[in-house]
Amino acid sequence: MPTIIEKLYQTNLHGRGGAAFPTAKKWEILLQQQSEKKYIIANGSEGEPYVYKDEYILTHHPEQLIKGIEIALKTIDKSTAYLYLRTDYFDRFKASLEKHIGNLPITLFRETSGYLGGEETTLINTIEDAKVIQPRSKPPLPLISGLWNYPTLINNIETFYDVAQIDQGTYKETRLYSITSEGEKKGVFELPEHWTIQQVLEHTNMLPTFDFFTQIGGSASGEILLSDELNIPVTGSGAIIIYNKTTTDPFALMQRWLDFFFKENCDKCLPCREGVYRLREMINTKNLNESLLSDLFFTTQKTCFCPLGKSVHIPISSLLKKVCGVTITV
Amino acid sequence: MKNQTISLTINGKTITAETGKTILEIARENNIEIPTLCYHPDLEAKAGCRLCLVQIEGEKNLITSCSTIATDGMNITTNNEEILRTRKINIELLLAQQQDKKPAKNNKLLQLAKEYNVTKPRFPNRKINYPTYHFGHSIKFNSALCIDCRNCVDICDKQSIEYLEIKENKHFLEVTPASEQEHKNCISCGQCVTHCPVGALDTTDSIDEIQQILNQKNKTVVFQFAPAIRTSIGEEFGFPPGKVLTDEMVSALKKLGVDYVFDVSVGADVTTIEEARELIRRLQGNEPLPMFTSCCPAWVRFVEHNHPELIPNFTTVRSPHIILGGLTKTYWAEKHAIAPENIIVISIMPCIAKKYEASRSEMNINNLPPVDYVLTTRELAQLLKNNHIDLQQCTPEKADDFFGNPSGAGVIYGASGGVMESALRTGYKELTGEELPNLNLQEVRGLKGFKEAEITIGKATLKVAVTSGIKNAKLIIEKLKENPNAYHYIEVMACPGGCIGGGGQPIPVSPEIRKKRAEGLYSIDNHKKNRLAHQNPAIKTLYEKFLNNHQNIHTTCHTTYKQKAYEPVRISFPKEDQT
Repeated sequence: MPTIIEKLYQTNLHGRGGAAFPTAKKWEILLQQQSEKKYIIANGSEGEPYVYKDEYILTHHPEQLIKGIEIALKTIDKSTAYLYLRTDYFDRFKASLEKHIGNLPITLFRETSGYLGGEETTLINTIEDAKVIQPRSKPPLPLISGLWNYPTLINNIETFYDVAQIDQGTYKETRLYSITSEGEKKGVFELPEHWTIQQVLEHTNMLPTFDFFTQIGGSASGEILLSDELNIPVTGSGAIIIYNKTTTDPFALMQRWLDFFFKENCDKCLPCREGVYRLREMINTKNLNESLLSDLFFTTQKTCFCPLGKSVHIPISSLLKKVCGVTITV
Repeated sequence: MKNQTISLTINGKTITAETGKTILEIARENNIEIPTLCYHPDLEAKAGCRLCLVQIEGEKNLITSCSTIATDGMNITTNNEEILRTRKINIELLLAQQQDKKPAKNNKLLQLAKEYNVTKPRFPNRKINYPTYHFGHSIKFNSALCIDCRNCVDICDKQSIEYLEIKENKHFLEVTPASEQEHKNCISCGQCVTHCPVGALDTTDSIDEIQQILNQKNKTVVFQFAPAIRTSIGEEFGFPPGKVLTDEMVSALKKLGVDYVFDVSVGADVTTIEEARELIRRLQGNEPLPMFTSCCPAWVRFVEHNHPELIPNFTTVRSPHIILGGLTKTYWAEKHAIAPENIIVISIMPCIAKKYEASRSEMNINNLPPVDYVLTTRELAQLLKNNHIDLQQCTPEKADDFFGNPSGAGVIYGASGGVMESALRTGYKELTGEELPNLNLQEVRGLKGFKEAEITIGKATLKVAVTSGIKNAKLIIEKLKENPNAYHYIEVMACPGGCIGGGGQPIPVSPEIRKKRAEGLYSIDNHKKNRLAHQNPAIKTLYEKFLNNHQNIHTTCHTTYKQKAYEPVRISFPKEDQT
């Protein structure tokens, strides 16, 4: 009988939160730590616009989620767990989750720290009730020293959902796709993870008849792909957002993203705090200074503290290039 | 694991280093400069300014050298084209968030901008009309100069005062003094000032006023300098930290046209004697123990605001410069037939809270303040520079009689443990009639924030504690709640390492710099013929001629304390500041 970690290796499960780290590896590292206490955290922060697959699991499969966490609790010695949920999810699903949790050592945590609160070191600071909500330096990895300096495993809610199915032998190498078209949430679909975006849209009858472009991963940090670039699998947290190419104002779209980053970033590191502000100012004036844009893309990508800042340039530079015809060489 | 070494390469140079050090530390030890703004050796690395990024071979991303421990075999580049480009852009972004209306002294950002050839930012300034906050009696925080590095917040937390906070303002998280609702008080330790890399925090300065007084020449001007500044003032003039420059400083002050220059360490000798006597009285009588020192005004502010229940435990003895100022305006004034109101006493202090202390009306003698003005070490350096006086060019001169020659005990007041050591040297004599056999009380020396010792004096064993950094004082207060008899005598200094690490001292400061400044003071004590306050001939005469009755002792050497009300922050905007 293979252990769950062997099964995770066999199925090659990768984390569903966006970074796609091999799950088996994470669990193995945590297992190897010598510590009087270990923590397991299921991350249901889901803070990026138009990503709503965790909500889908919480609505339709709470028992599978709790099962997944329970398997982790059984696998990892001396462990207790947190189920970390954004405020509205916490309020909506608390009662149902508590029923499934029963006597298991799983604490529900109501998160109020927004988009950045989903980043794993910020998540730890949030649970620890740090004075200022911001990411921590890595190393140490949370797996080595995380919540209250104990080894800590952080997996996305969907990852635990998959773990439960792997354990039961019902896993079919599928993942969840949140699809949004022209601002309307079309639903969450469970389909093979290796499918291309094109296949997913065709299968779900979501392939638009109008001229369109897509954003893949989430409606802030996701990359822009044109309708002829969809023969690749989805990345990140599995969201596909469809925009009408004729009616979408690219500047309004960039303003929306940058407003989001400006409000949600933590201001700890200089390039994100100042770089996002200056990008937003420039986009607001619709007056593009290409060498300045190049410098801002360069410094945010190269020098930001956490993944949020490092990815700010991705949607903007790809939109400018593919939709506005402005290529910024970094 | 200790003492193991690693071998690594930085910019092609092979370097051997101790394990456990950061890349930045190792680079700097080897004279490889990596720019930093938010890094401070007193604080945990925040890695926020992103200027210290370096490339490690095999790593995809650039990493911050301030927060990364070097490991064996690392191959590091600190200055390739990519790194230099990020630094230039990031410096430009910082410049554009700093309202550069008046280049502050100690503005490391402007130095870096020059070094990296970043002239005019391509962005409009975003902190126009940002306010200046005035708090802690004499600290001002110009938020338009702030680069959001948060060092001030971290050091204020480390002091466990938590007066400076991070608050949201129009989607920016910014440094802000505690709100009125919180009723927190700044203790004026000034650690935020010495840990600010860009001079956004500073003291309200008195340099112009002093210059006017010096120009008018219609008053007798007396300068008196604190124990701790004689080994730090040199840093402002290119000397290494710890260099003893007492007599050069006297000479520089004389060049300003000052009539008399006195040494506050002589005042410290009086404090020592009075404090030793009070301690003995408390040990033998009914007044509360432990006795706390009260010569650190930031500590006094802390207690008066937050722990009024400890006021009865304060020694009533005034701090050295207040005593000396008072003696100048009474005993010395009479001797020289000068009306006290025609004397202006200016103290040069390593401290910002001393400005507050000098303004306390409890100190007044015949309605005159013993000390009229307080300049910090940094302000004195600026005043000298304004007058084109270079300490490097000054030939040593002695401070003036009658208050020019202290004991060694009076000099070590500037280092944590110094007050305790001085008082015990004298207390031993007062109690036993004999001199302390070994004058060097090593147990209370050094930069450790919390020191304790048991000192045998005759048949008695005295339990003492010495703390520096206000957080350690809080620990003592907690300890006393559990065991009120834990100690007899406790010295508290609000700043790390005592006055040598004071908020008015030269910038930068680090554990290494504090160590050298303290060593300088102890070397003076070691070389002094007279190391005991009670054997200082000037002090003996003083007690014979003036401090020979309760009245004089009481008015010049003792004071009172009381619970203080909350002090709200004052906010001013650039337009008001210009008028």
